[in-house]
Amino acid sequence: MLNPEIQGKRYPRTRPYTVGLEKLREFSAATFGNTADGFVVPPTFPIAIQEHSLSLVIADPEAGLDFSRVVHGEQRFIYERQLVPGDELTSELEVASVKSLGGNHMVTFNTEIFDKQDKLVCTAISTLVVRGEDA
Amino acid sequence: MPEFSSLETGQVVAQREFPVTRDSLVRYAGASGDFNPIHYRDDVASQVGLPGVLAHGMLTMGLAIQPVLSWLEDSGEVVDYSVRFTKPVVVPATGEAVVSVVATVAAMDEENSKVRVDLTTTFEGNTVLGKAQAWVKF
Repeated sequence: MLNPEIQGKRYPRTRPYTVGLEKLREFSAATFGNTADGFVVPPTFPIAIQEHSLSLVIADPEAGLDFSRVVHGEQRFIYERQLVPGDELTSELEVASVKSLGGNHMVTFNTEIFDKQDKLVCTAISTLVVRGEDA
Repeated sequence: MPEFSSLETGQVVAQREFPVTRDSLVRYAGASGDFNPIHYRDDVASQVGLPGVLAHGMLTMGLAIQPVLSWLEDSGEVVDYSVRFTKPVVVPATGEAVVSVVATVAAMDEENSKVRVDLTTTFEGNTVLGKAQAWVKF
């Protein structure tokens, strides 16, 4: 059962993730994008970084987030700059809101992604719908 | 390459159809690290009450922006991209689920040289992404 008390909770900064050129190319191919030299970095790639922060929430007994009951509701990325190969990125997640809707919960996470100079690169905002026990 | 000054609201700037297969889902699982079995195993999908194996929502979001990237080339970049996942894309064991994307200029921000492109994303006649909006900076 999702704990509404986690609203406002911030999770620790994740360990650095080094963005690899071939990983980006693989991700671009997997999203039907270009893979030729000079291809555009896939705009949804930061989901892979957000995932590291989200895994902290899933592992947190206080949160009570049962991932088998989760449906992805909304996703947004706000970019300060494009990612580039070689970036060393860390992320920090805050539980922006927890709302109840019928027997379900809607939880929104804001994950800020920083580069090695600690400058904000991207904010990933994810809303998950957690189905209730009897839904 | 497109130029900001030549764009107007309502203009369709790109469209494309994507044949999504089980192979696509396995490829996306590997690339993204999302190995939830509802995206490749029929038995698991039916156990949790789904109509079938579903495409990852993030795969649909990821492909829906591609026509915009092809259209832009180097003339601009996506600075904000958001979607709502409204309906799942069910991907059959054989054959393909065709996801269709039409990208339309929905708003112009003259002051900042930014354009909002809305992505009408459908599967079997249903909209699968709601409020799919990308802001492009020229």
